[in-house]
Amino acid sequence: MNNPRGETLLWLAQRASAAVLAICVVVHLGTMIHAVRGGLTAAEILGRVRGQAGWEMFYWVFVVAVAIHAPLGLRTIARELSGWRGPTLEAATALAAFLLALFGSRAVTGLVG
Amino acid sequence: MAEAMLDVRVWRGAGDGAFRTYAVPRRANQTVLDVVSWIQRHLDPTLSYRFACRVGMCGSCAMSVNGVPRWTCRTHIAKVAAEGALTVAPLRNLPVIKDLAVDMAPFFAKWARARGQFDPRSGLGSEFARVPPASPERAAADAGIECIGCAVCYSACDVVAWMPEYLGPAALNRAWTLINDTRDGGRKPRLAAVAGDAGCHACHGQEGCRKHCPKSLDPSGAIAGLKRMSALAALKGEI
Ligand code: SF4
Ligand code: SF4
Ligand code: FES
Repeated sequence: MNNPRGETLLWLAQRASAAVLAICVVVHLGTMIHAVRGGLTAAEILGRVRGQAGWEMFYWVFVVAVAIHAPLGLRTIARELSGWRGPTLEAATALAAFLLALFGSRAVTGLVG
Repeated sequence: MAEAMLDVRVWRGAGDGAFRTYAVPRRANQTVLDVVSWIQRHLDPTLSYRFACRVGMCGSCAMSVNGVPRWTCRTHIAKVAAEGALTVAPLRNLPVIKDLAVDMAPFFAKWARARGQFDPRSGLGSEFARVPPASPERAAADAGIECIGCAVCYSACDVVAWMPEYLGPAALNRAWTLINDTRDGGRKPRLAAVAGDAGCHACHGQEGCRKHCPKSLDPSGAIAGLKRMSALAALKGEI
């Protein structure tokens, strides 16, 4: 069995990012439902969040948490279901994290831009 | 009055075997092990299976009973086959040697890989080491110490089924018991042995092991303890 320290730290990272995500998802969905039920259009919402440092920070945190959490989950599933292991799996995990961070950052800049 | 009969399907052969059906008379207070023994004594002496103590101590009689892993010497027919239909198969997640006997070697090899052997700490002296019965350390070690090594939990665990190298609930429960033993000195290497990529962090924590353990132990709780302790050790740079 390899790398107990690394595996443990990755497990911790996934747990910690899950805790952050739990809060982010609730705030995100809650705000969205509230805004839409209040009758705001997409354009009006964009107008309100644009340039708001608080929302920008919030969504950056959200994106970072997703980019940590999701690839680690996929890595676990891949190992369990296909026995995939080793450097190629680590590379694929890193790639997934990079892509999620990239797309996420585009979304954040698009939102608060 | 016609004798009440049980309709018993029993796995015969190795991994590529098949089920055979036997008619076995129903008796009061009959256990699954009684049924299997009856078949071997009266219908087919070539049927292979294991048991030793017949009282729930040795851990050798576990089989899959109607799809559920159980200790057969203490599983009553009245509980599992009230309708008279019984299917007995070898434990899941272990290689089948023949009929109901599985190869336990991979199971115990994982105990060794999880450093499941007592590793006395230095300075114990020649006197008996006292572990006060009421101390929290003793209670923590007691929680998992009654394991009889039956592999019921191991057979119940889906992560073992998916990832054959996963150490599994029993070996991890053993490691946690030793970690809580104040006489033991092997905590760090043991934590390092159980925290790798096929160790405690692979557990999903859904407690199939706990649900099926015939001794009502909680290997999933032990694994949660290992996760916490290894996380602290990793942050401190100890593993
Ligand atoms: S809690 Fe963990 S060890 Fe127990 S059955 Fe589930 S995955 Fe296996
Ligand atoms: S923990 Fe329970 S089910 Fe698992 S081997 Fe020990 S006694 Fe059997
Ligand atoms: S025969 Fe010993 S536990 Fe069942």
